[in-house]
Amino acid sequence: MTYANLYERPGPRGVRRNRALAALVALALLALAYVVYLRFDARDQWAAEKWTPLLRGDVWATFILPGLAGTLGAAVTGVILAGLFGLVFATARLSEHRWIRMPAAAVVEFFRSVPLLLLIFFAFFGSYMLIGVNISAFAAVVFGLTLYNGSVIAEIVRAGVLSLPRGQSEAAYATGMRKGQVMRLVLLPQAFRAMMPAIVSQFVVLLKDSALGLIVGYDELVDRGLNGIAANFSNVIPAAILIAAIFIVINLSLDRLAHRLGAR
Amino acid sequence: MDALLIERETILAAFWMTIRLTAVSALGSLVLGTLLTAMRVAPLASLRAAASCYVSVARNTPLTLVLLFTGLGVGANLGVELSDDLATNNFWLACIGLTAYTSAFVCEALRSGLNTVPVGQAEAARSLGLGFVKTLGLITLPQAFRAVVAPLGSILIALTKNTTIALVVGVSEASVRMREMIETYGDQVIEIFLGFAAGFLLLCLPMGLLFGWLSRRMAVAR
Repeated sequence: MTYANLYERPGPRGVRRNRALAALVALALLALAYVVYLRFDARDQWAAEKWTPLLRGDVWATFILPGLAGTLGAAVTGVILAGLFGLVFATARLSEHRWIRMPAAAVVEFFRSVPLLLLIFFAFFGSYMLIGVNISAFAAVVFGLTLYNGSVIAEIVRAGVLSLPRGQSEAAYATGMRKGQVMRLVLLPQAFRAMMPAIVSQFVVLLKDSALGLIVGYDELVDRGLNGIAANFSNVIPAAILIAAIFIVINLSLDRLAHRLGAR
Repeated sequence: MDALLIERETILAAFWMTIRLTAVSALGSLVLGTLLTAMRVAPLASLRAAASCYVSVARNTPLTLVLLFTGLGVGANLGVELSDDLATNNFWLACIGLTAYTSAFVCEALRSGLNTVPVGQAEAARSLGLGFVKTLGLITLPQAFRAVVAPLGSILIALTKNTTIALVVGVSEASVRMREMIETYGDQVIEIFLGFAAGFLLLCLPMGLLFGWLSRRMAVAR
């Protein structure tokens, strides 16, 4: 989408003026970058010994790759469980029995409105008092990711089922299918296909949220980067930039995947 | 229930901090998000590139990392001091981080709002002789705002919940208080959790209702 309709195509004078303005803007941005550069430089963050560790194989092997594995482990476990949770609760909210529909709606709305961090704290710090054992940070993070994102996915899937033409379920009933079969064989597969881009976008949210694990001491990427690498080489800013870059690359590829799936 | 009653003052203080973080960051994100939107549709390619680069970086970085970067990187490492008082300094750093993150989402919402404004609106404005700034500021952007009231409401609710992450910059808001209370009153974990969850429900549900009502009321009839 272009927004060229917001302004006239510039004439010769306009072109010259726009060029001058563009140069001015570029200069201002460069000046801003230079100020940031100077501030970093004053703290020695550009020194080669702060950046070269990021290229070393042993740094990747001790910090970055295990951190990435931790992040992806929590995110993938989370997305599988959240998918199951979403499937169950979307079906429950679509039930024709009030006594199933209402509690399912309450559960979904509750977990959508509670901050993820509170869920993680509840599981992590409260588990000993509630079930007598201290659960691992991984379990607490996955617990939170599942309940929160599961509720969101439940809403996405439900919207998908509701958006299907009525004829789909009517035709399925007409062929003699039972309620469960209609849902399982006809409605859910179509809803899943229609909602795939939204579900992939939710996976991006989930992946970013898995970084909350650092607060309860789960060894994920942000923790390994800032508490691992930066503690050893005192290079907070280079490490943060590298970690951000890794997240951005993964998330942008997921974004692209969502677009592709949407186009199909 | 005792714990929640005994500690009601400190809990309210913690939620007051949550509300202040939300209010300041929401205002900041609205301003910065609008500015970014204007940059993304500007006639100058350099402005467009800068804004879209910023948005894709901010949107795809975990908020935890953004806040740690403002806290550890900008605050501690670069020595940017916004106030002599440590707590106030942390508060402003948290607001900067939350604003930097949320404004990218505001920008995305507003840009999709611009897509709903019919082409004829801008064409009519141009035919009256309005330039880019006036076309955008007086004609298309106001209509875009009215189209995206509901998404902006969702962003505000997400921001309210996201303020819990400000604890990584050392701001003591609701989530910090909840953790401390679970450790002090270990026998009342469920009550404490439900109490804090109810606090967030009380903040977020009215916002959802208000923005739902506003979006119906402000919708542009076409």
